[in-house]
Amino acid sequence: MTRITVTVDGTSYSDEVEPRMLLVHYLREVVGKTGTVIGCDTSNCGACTVHLDGRSVKSCNVLAVQADGHEVTTIEGLAVDGELHPMQKAFHECHALQCGYCTPGMIMQAIDVLNENPNPSEEEIRVGLEGNLCRCTGYHNIVRAVQMAAGQEPPGDAGAGATADATAGAAS
Amino acid sequence: MTTVDDRPAEQTAEIGRDRRRKEDQRLITGRTKWTDNITLNGMLHLAMVRSPLAHAKIAGINTDEARSASGVIAVFTGADIADIQGVNITAWPLSAEQKTPDHLPMPLERVAHAGEIVAVVAARSAAEARDAAELVDVEWEELPAVLDLKEAATDAVLAHPGLGTNKSAFWQLDSLEGGTGGDVDEAISAARADGIVIEREYRQQRLIPAFMEPRSTVVDPTGEQVTMWSATQIPHVLRFCIAATTGLPESKIRVIAPDVGGGFGGKLQSTPEEFITLAVARKLGRPCKYTETRSETMVSGHHGRDQWQRLTLAAQKDGTVTGLKVELMADLGAYAALVGGGVPVLGAWMFNSIYKFPAYRFNTTNYYTNKTWVDAYRGAGRPEATYAIERLMDELAVEVGVDPLEIREKNWIKHEEFPFTTVAGMTYDSGNYEAATARARELFGYDELRAEQQQRRESGDPVQLGIGVSTFTEMCGLAPSRILGALNYGAGGWESASIRMLATGTVEVITGASAHGQGHETAWSQIVADRLGVPFENVEVLHGDTQIAPKGMDSYGSRSLVVGGEALVRAADKVIEKARPIAAHLLEANVDDLDFAAGQFTVKGTDTRIGLTDVALATFAAHNLPDDVEPSLDADATYDPVNFSFPHGTHLCAMEVDTETGATKMRKYVCVDDIGVIVNPLIVEGQVHGGLVQGIAQALWEGAEYDEQGTLVTGSFVDYTLPTAADTISFVTDHTTSPSTYNSLGTKGVGEAGTIASTPAVVNAIVDALRPMGINDIAMPCTPERVWTAIQTAGATQDADMPSDAQPHFDADAPNQDDPGSTTEGAGQ
Repeated sequence: MTRITVTVDGTSYSDEVEPRMLLVHYLREVVGKTGTVIGCDTSNCGACTVHLDGRSVKSCNVLAVQADGHEVTTIEGLAVDGELHPMQKAFHECHALQCGYCTPGMIMQAIDVLNENPNPSEEEIRVGLEGNLCRCTGYHNIVRAVQMAAGQEPPGDAGAGATADATAGAAS
Repeated sequence: MTTVDDRPAEQTAEIGRDRRRKEDQRLITGRTKWTDNITLNGMLHLAMVRSPLAHAKIAGINTDEARSASGVIAVFTGADIADIQGVNITAWPLSAEQKTPDHLPMPLERVAHAGEIVAVVAARSAAEARDAAELVDVEWEELPAVLDLKEAATDAVLAHPGLGTNKSAFWQLDSLEGGTGGDVDEAISAARADGIVIEREYRQQRLIPAFMEPRSTVVDPTGEQVTMWSATQIPHVLRFCIAATTGLPESKIRVIAPDVGGGFGGKLQSTPEEFITLAVARKLGRPCKYTETRSETMVSGHHGRDQWQRLTLAAQKDGTVTGLKVELMADLGAYAALVGGGVPVLGAWMFNSIYKFPAYRFNTTNYYTNKTWVDAYRGAGRPEATYAIERLMDELAVEVGVDPLEIREKNWIKHEEFPFTTVAGMTYDSGNYEAATARARELFGYDELRAEQQQRRESGDPVQLGIGVSTFTEMCGLAPSRILGALNYGAGGWESASIRMLATGTVEVITGASAHGQGHETAWSQIVADRLGVPFENVEVLHGDTQIAPKGMDSYGSRSLVVGGEALVRAADKVIEKARPIAAHLLEANVDDLDFAAGQFTVKGTDTRIGLTDVALATFAAHNLPDDVEPSLDADATYDPVNFSFPHGTHLCAMEVDTETGATKMRKYVCVDDIGVIVNPLIVEGQVHGGLVQGIAQALWEGAEYDEQGTLVTGSFVDYTLPTAADTISFVTDHTTSPSTYNSLGTKGVGEAGTIASTPAVVNAIVDALRPMGINDIAMPCTPERVWTAIQTAGATQDADMPSDAQPHFDADAPNQDDPGSTTEGAGQ
């Protein structure tokens, strides 16, 4: 067992962990941050994405001991004093989630995409989210949400249902 | 929105409004209750020991080392829980003659597919349980395995030697026999003599539902009722299955589906894992949790599709279809799952789709193989049917030499012909294929894209453009119970709703339709807010717990709104009728003089009124009620649908195909769906988008592949290629509206529409791009390798340029080509 000290969502935790323990298991089972979820065992789905010192990581791909002395932000630490993060608001506003299982990781990754590039093209958003799988939304409204959070005029009214005037050819 | 129905639209406050979802708050902040998040005092963690072999006898299991491992409390084999483990049943035997192998959650003697569970470890932590599972030593006697569907049909190797055959059942629907149409053999003979006969064989590859939340079950056996939390679509059906097979009385079982992370049919099951967790918890008298790894999901959660389709379409020379014959072979995998053999049958009424075919026959023969079991996956039978007919209609257009939209229009039901009884015996109540197609054509820029296609063909552009059409319909709202009974299905198709009027003005709505991402809490609130005239925010929707919502048939088959929504309307109307005499009493008016609108009872011709919530408060107090009136406004309704509903739509897809590399790229996708009245357009769009991508993924990327040993080689997200944001594009969606006449809201269902429609649109587009090269089919998924190979071999093996009378006809001796007259054992329609 190894003692680690990790700041998670602004609170410092000190725990004995097995060296093999993954960060995602530490967050869920030791700290109780069950907002971060596990969707695969091959680091493909991105459901467990969190921020480690401000950069997105798949927490199934990081050992808990590697987070020793570092700062982790999960989906549960995004809202400040009950005020949702703009990306959380945008996901709600654009209906960018259905079952919501991929949502914590998707939101954390989307924030990272905008941190890297505050004004991305649709193509850049899509490539930036490539490591996060969603089975419900077809990604359409997730892309809209990231555009909204970036302050971009969405190409059509994503929220109003009839998106007939939303231009297609996104990949062209 | 293009309204094509001339029925005046009722102006209501909530229905039709793009309300943001009530569900979102907890989901976007991580305050969720997935099953795997649940931790109970003293809870043990389970790990499963699974067969690495496709077919083997269990010669012995040594658990000694595992039992003595760190943290291990117990290790059980099938023999240890044989008295209480129950059985995983099938609800839909197609006939009395159907052969159905026993499906024990943990078999005692023999495994029939890789991934079957033969032992379970209970330990203090999940990691310790998994470590110890590695120490269980199983001695196997390997048996020959049958893995290929067509080989299974020969019975050379048996998936279950005790059954004596791999054939599960045969099922037929014949328009001549059923009196709904003519003789399909006659139609085909006539077309062979003087017309067009299209004969094709298509493969519906095996798919994996791949919901994002792995399945998880927690069982607490310590209370008066045994409580099971499970990541399931069907808490009510699961409770029935447990009671029917484990010896636990139904009244002692409580099943809860908390937040459930997607299903798509994949969680429409009673699973070995649920039953084993229950058995272990009961044996040990302690709460137990089992959460699968993704690899376990892939190998043990049921798969979807997996059919061969042999199709014969007969037409006159002008393209008027005269008959369709469908011969399916369906792979059930190792066991008949919950819906199981019924999945291909759900396609029986849909191969004729939106068309006026005079003669039709549907045969399916279902087989067992030593692979993962197969059951419902989004669309369940209807995507397969839609794929087949929409591919065929394109082939017919080529034969006749007309545009694929023109051949469809020639054969489809005209809007003035509704209600229309089809050759399969279904009565479609409403629709307008002309309007949806016209709108889709306009949004797509159909003529411009056709012109570009022509230009690219003429210039010999290495990147060719193809345009794919899919004009689909589906049957939603499963299902009228009398029809299910006639089909030998083991349950009814009703749905239940309750409304509780609380004293302080808020309303509790209980629904038996258990959501797992669809947004019922929002849509149901809108319906009730309109019906009762209460604020949207004051409605609380409760579901997914057999103790809170005691009656239900759960969510699948695009049924929740169409069936469950109607139950809700009826419960709301009962509340109003229960409130009416109390309101009249309080207003000192005659009951017949009261009008109810916008939440208020008003005495006709006056401004004397009382609000429904005030009546609720007065009823709660019960100080001043009329004689013989019970002090309650609460009401229940259970609704059994009178018919299915029939949404439809026109989907148009443009694909660019690089003829030098085989790479394909989606250029544009337009769909105009008619799903009747829309309660929440935001939720509807989301359902359409997600459905589209699942259908597109079948066309382009997904497929479950086994090696010759019966190992699933696409057993993780590394190898099973789910689409990402970077693989997909933004879609253009719109609607026409022909309200359903079968329910009071006029809704038709949308959960599966996108998946059903999109697959043939994509493949039709790829084939259309390559048609001049002599290509008329590419097997799904249309990977660059397959497209490239088709281009390289074009002309040598393809027959698109041959005259129709020179096309190869099916070999009469081949499997699944028996004369139907000699193989009609089993239930007919």
